[in-house]
Amino acid sequence: MIATGAAGVVGLGAVVWPFVAAMAPDQQTIAAGAPVEVDLGPIAEGQLVKVFWRGKLIFVRHRTSSEIKSAEDVNIASLPDPQPDSARVKAGHTPWLVVYGNCTHLGCVPLANEGAYKGWACPCHGSIFDTSGRIRQGPAPTNLPIPPYTFVSDTKIRIGEETKVAPAAANA
Amino acid sequence: MSDHASTYVPKSAFAKWFESRLPIAGLVHSSFVAFPVPRNLTYFWTFGAILIFMLGAQILTGIWLAMHYVPEATKAFDSVEHIMRDVNYGWLLRYLHANGASMFFIAVYIHMFRGLYYGSYKAPREVLWILGVIIFLLMMATAFMGYVLPWGQMSFWGATVITNLFSAIPIVGDVIVSLLWGGYSVGNPTLNRFFALHYLLPFMIAGVVVLHVWALHVTGQNNPTGVPIKSAKDAVPFTPYATIKDVFATICFLIFFAWFIFYVPNYLGHADNYIPANPAVTPAHIVPEWYFLPFYAILRAVPDKLGGVIAMGAAVVILAFLPWLDTSRVRSANYRPLYRQFFWVFVIVCVLLGWLGSKPPEGGYVIASRVCTIWYFVHFLVILPVLGLFETPRPLPSSILETVLRGKKGGAGMPAGAAAAPSTKG
Repeated sequence: MIATGAAGVVGLGAVVWPFVAAMAPDQQTIAAGAPVEVDLGPIAEGQLVKVFWRGKLIFVRHRTSSEIKSAEDVNIASLPDPQPDSARVKAGHTPWLVVYGNCTHLGCVPLANEGAYKGWACPCHGSIFDTSGRIRQGPAPTNLPIPPYTFVSDTKIRIGEETKVAPAAANA
Repeated sequence: MSDHASTYVPKSAFAKWFESRLPIAGLVHSSFVAFPVPRNLTYFWTFGAILIFMLGAQILTGIWLAMHYVPEATKAFDSVEHIMRDVNYGWLLRYLHANGASMFFIAVYIHMFRGLYYGSYKAPREVLWILGVIIFLLMMATAFMGYVLPWGQMSFWGATVITNLFSAIPIVGDVIVSLLWGGYSVGNPTLNRFFALHYLLPFMIAGVVVLHVWALHVTGQNNPTGVPIKSAKDAVPFTPYATIKDVFATICFLIFFAWFIFYVPNYLGHADNYIPANPAVTPAHIVPEWYFLPFYAILRAVPDKLGGVIAMGAAVVILAFLPWLDTSRVRSANYRPLYRQFFWVFVIVCVLLGWLGSKPPEGGYVIASRVCTIWYFVHFLVILPVLGLFETPRPLPSSILETVLRGKKGGAGMPAGAAAAPSTKG
């Protein structure tokens, strides 16, 4: 009786699994999610460039010195999701802020240079982000997340890889 | 009322032969011909029939649209324009289907508020009511996924916002969202599966509607007094009285529907949805279709992601618990002087929430949304349980017939033949 029941449960699981797995991202979608490179050279100070990786919008923002200053001059403890600005950029590359471009509330695209902190303001439900992409007001629970990326050179980043890339892979 | 021991008598030899093998004619006769209907029903009781008609109409136009629509991210928007421009009467089919969804919700909201006013959810109709809530949830899912299919800006961003609701669930949220998307963001796999589900769900609704009607025919219909049928004189046979009335009401409703289709076919939609989906730009004012606005306002009223999602879900699910939240034993608000006032306050709050849901989430709108959201839940969780204990209801009539005869002096029209011989038609 128990053995029959156990066999039944295993059999049922074996049938259900392919149906659930087929809902997950397919191989083509995963393959299309390979890292992308972004040339920072043409991005002027104060400019924001939108790129896509894995179908997700990513903001690459070349911050001005006043934007960097306003991001650094913040009482970290007062933030809803406390994070210093230094933890949100790569060391030695403070002007470059690379964040996901979808609001952490429900995924709308926040508008740049809007809101009280001149970072971003989300038109959907009113979340306000500062020039470090940190949530300051509104319903979004966390800061704009930072995608995995690496500086390949001073003027080029590779989005989708956190560690230093091997030379062979960089040329691929 | 519940016995389907039919009074149907097969007339021809074939009908006798068939009835003894599959008694479907007898079932139809006992359910839709001889079925006793309270004689005091108003036109608020015709919306069930209107809703069944609308479900059939949506399925019919939907199947025809599916013959031309392409559920692929790069072709979906163009295929909808192809339907509008190239397909013979494609514009009519699409406007019928798109406005039909709105009409469906207008009818279902009238149907639901009717139930709230006359206490139609109370014993013995709890299961009937809960089946209705399930239909409502399925309708919401179907309407949402249908709105995604044209793959315009509102489609795309609506899909993004609604699927992201599930990411608020702790731990498993991100996995669920990824299974909904079939990718790392809303994209072609999402569109594909939404199309498959949008085609499936209406047939599931049809299945639950069968249960809903079955449950209705077991308990019998409620009526404006809330007093059950006590004798044959309280009732009239379904056919012809309810049949003709339902047909007439449906035709009037169709005139209203036709006015939208032929004069303001895009009034209930959003201009932004005629812009192809663009993952890099969110429309300046992203709002759902009008029928979701009250729930959207509740979502935005809570300044916390998970809290907002829970509040929005609870606003619908709480309806299923209504039979036990309302402690009054009197069904109809006509005999509940206090509930009647709170009912209308509740209606105003729901309409206000709808209006607030269409406004940007800032300043006074947010405060008003919060007040209305709190009232929405206070109505169900405090007012309804407490009111039943303190309210003194007005005396109930001894029978439906008594109210009808009293109403006649006031000039309320009732079919004279029905009053004279209600049972002979059956």
